[in-house]
Amino acid sequence: MRPGDIVRVALRALLRNKLRSLLTALGIIIGVAAVIAMVAIGEGARARVEQAFSAMGTNVLIVSSGAKTSGGAKAGAGSLPTLTWDDLRAIRADVADVRFAAPRVHTNAQVVAEDKNWSTVVTGTTPEFFDIRNWPARLGAVLSPEEVDAGAKTVVLGQTVAANLFGASSDPIGQSVRIANVPFTVVGVAAAKGQSAGGNDYDDVVYVPVTTFLAKIQGSLQKFIPGTILIEVTSDDVTTAVGDRVAALLRDRHGIAIGDDDDFTIKNLTETASRKQESTEALTLLLASIAAVSLLVGGIGIMNIMLVSVSERTREIGVRMAVGAKRRHVRLQFLAEALALALAGGVIGVALGVAAAGRLAAQFGWPTLIRPEIVAIAVGFSAAVGIGFGLYPAHKASRLDPIQALRYE
Amino acid sequence: MTSNAPLIAISDVTKTYRMGEVEVEALRGVSVDVDAGEFLAIMGPSGSGKSTLLNILGCFDRPTSGSYRLAGEDVSALGADALAETRNQTLGFVFQSFNLLARTTALENVELPLVYAGMAPRLRHDRATAALERVGLGERLHHHPSQLSGGQQQRVAIARALVNGPRVVLADEPTGNLDSRASEEMMALLAELAGDGITIVLVTHEADVAARAQRVIVVRDGLIQEDRRGGLAQEAIGAP
Repeated sequence: MRPGDIVRVALRALLRNKLRSLLTALGIIIGVAAVIAMVAIGEGARARVEQAFSAMGTNVLIVSSGAKTSGGAKAGAGSLPTLTWDDLRAIRADVADVRFAAPRVHTNAQVVAEDKNWSTVVTGTTPEFFDIRNWPARLGAVLSPEEVDAGAKTVVLGQTVAANLFGASSDPIGQSVRIANVPFTVVGVAAAKGQSAGGNDYDDVVYVPVTTFLAKIQGSLQKFIPGTILIEVTSDDVTTAVGDRVAALLRDRHGIAIGDDDDFTIKNLTETASRKQESTEALTLLLASIAAVSLLVGGIGIMNIMLVSVSERTREIGVRMAVGAKRRHVRLQFLAEALALALAGGVIGVALGVAAAGRLAAQFGWPTLIRPEIVAIAVGFSAAVGIGFGLYPAHKASRLDPIQALRYE
Repeated sequence: MTSNAPLIAISDVTKTYRMGEVEVEALRGVSVDVDAGEFLAIMGPSGSGKSTLLNILGCFDRPTSGSYRLAGEDVSALGADALAETRNQTLGFVFQSFNLLARTTALENVELPLVYAGMAPRLRHDRATAALERVGLGERLHHHPSQLSGGQQQRVAIARALVNGPRVVLADEPTGNLDSRASEEMMALLAELAGDGITIVLVTHEADVAARAQRVIVVRDGLIQEDRRGGLAQEAIGAP
């Protein structure tokens, strides 16, 4: 028997009972649609989280000063400056696997251009900051080491600030802005970075050399960094180890006795990111197992209908055997029917799942990600369900005695 | 196989069915030789064992003991798939209740044995068309069984039996569901096939139907009671 004939006979048998075939495939359709939609949404959520964290820089540790304790109430991290410029130098020089380290100090201030003004976050930092944040300039250049050393009155504008002061499409390089009544020359406009997961605008900010910031905008004690230190490590897998090394170094430098609390906080962005990933993965797994149960129920439906079909068509099987169908021909015919039913269900399910994922993602404003391998797995799994649950009915049909089958009423 | 060996050689065949504790001897030692081109009728009351004999002749069932050589090949010990292949290649069947596939055209019904023989679609289409033309249904290729009369349905069944070039056509009460005119046409067609050299084995309980055959075997109580040739049969067929 030719493969084409097996397929043709199977399809014809299914099309003869269109409604029944559709209802039988419904279990698979719903199961596959659920798998596709859920996984796509899960992936979308994950991509969203990834996007947010990669905007902040990957492989990044943030070191903040310790919290001030007054009357038993602890203020937030950074309320008491404990990090020193020497700490920063030591981190740069003595800790292995640190690629960059940059200070970040900031305050809110009004930035005034010729005829417009804008209230934003003024950040003082060093050129390494732009490496850590993986953040190039769109126009001009980011801060240079010379500008930091010289305490130059130069500023790099975030995209939002540049747009509000000079218009979205203008080139403000060389223009002058006033920050806290000090005139600064615009040397660069940073590339657009978008919003954080929490809705903060990463582009609503200006950057000045940290030396200039401390001298002209917000003075502080010479020794201390009134802000945080950002550290980029050389690769993901050493982030935690570097965090531990930095902690040990700072405890040593600050003379903290064993058993006493740190006077600083180290935040590991990679850890935070992977924790978020884990929770979305767990959710995806949960949804996928619900979908798998639905596929299983769909498979039982297929088996049920195939058994009905075998007993309905006993006489047909007898005729086919009488004219020369071998057992394997009969078995293949019924297996092909079960497979076609399940595969059709799988394909319809994929179409519905993709459509559903698209709608939901549009509503939540997530990117939808249809991963081709998930589609392949879903379709493959439904094919396996078809074959698995088709085996017994097909076997039963192939073992019929042609004499009995021909006499069957 | 030598040319004068019989096409069908059954010797001392028995068939015993077990029905729970009871053993039923349906055939108790039957020997028959049938030559190529013979038109043979098997008669006998119900329960005589004639259906069992037909099932064995048709390779649907194996004898409990004894041997069955069909076209020189010993088929008495073949497995289910080898028997299916023999039915496909050497035998053709016509049943009392036609046994055509419903909602399937005459042409596709006739193509069925060729599908299982693995023949290419174009070739089997041509062969099936030729077979239907031979039984006078060249105009009815795409009709479904429900659109055909009983006599026409039985002719589709004969076309199906003939399409793969069988040596033997087995007909089980082929006129049982037909009116007298269609029965007459059916018997004429079978006689014509026998004239073309195809061996016809016909099971019937109607004496006038059996009378059309060249040879009549009467089975009773699992044994051949009578085996007579010529005479009446020759007269009934007449000169071509």
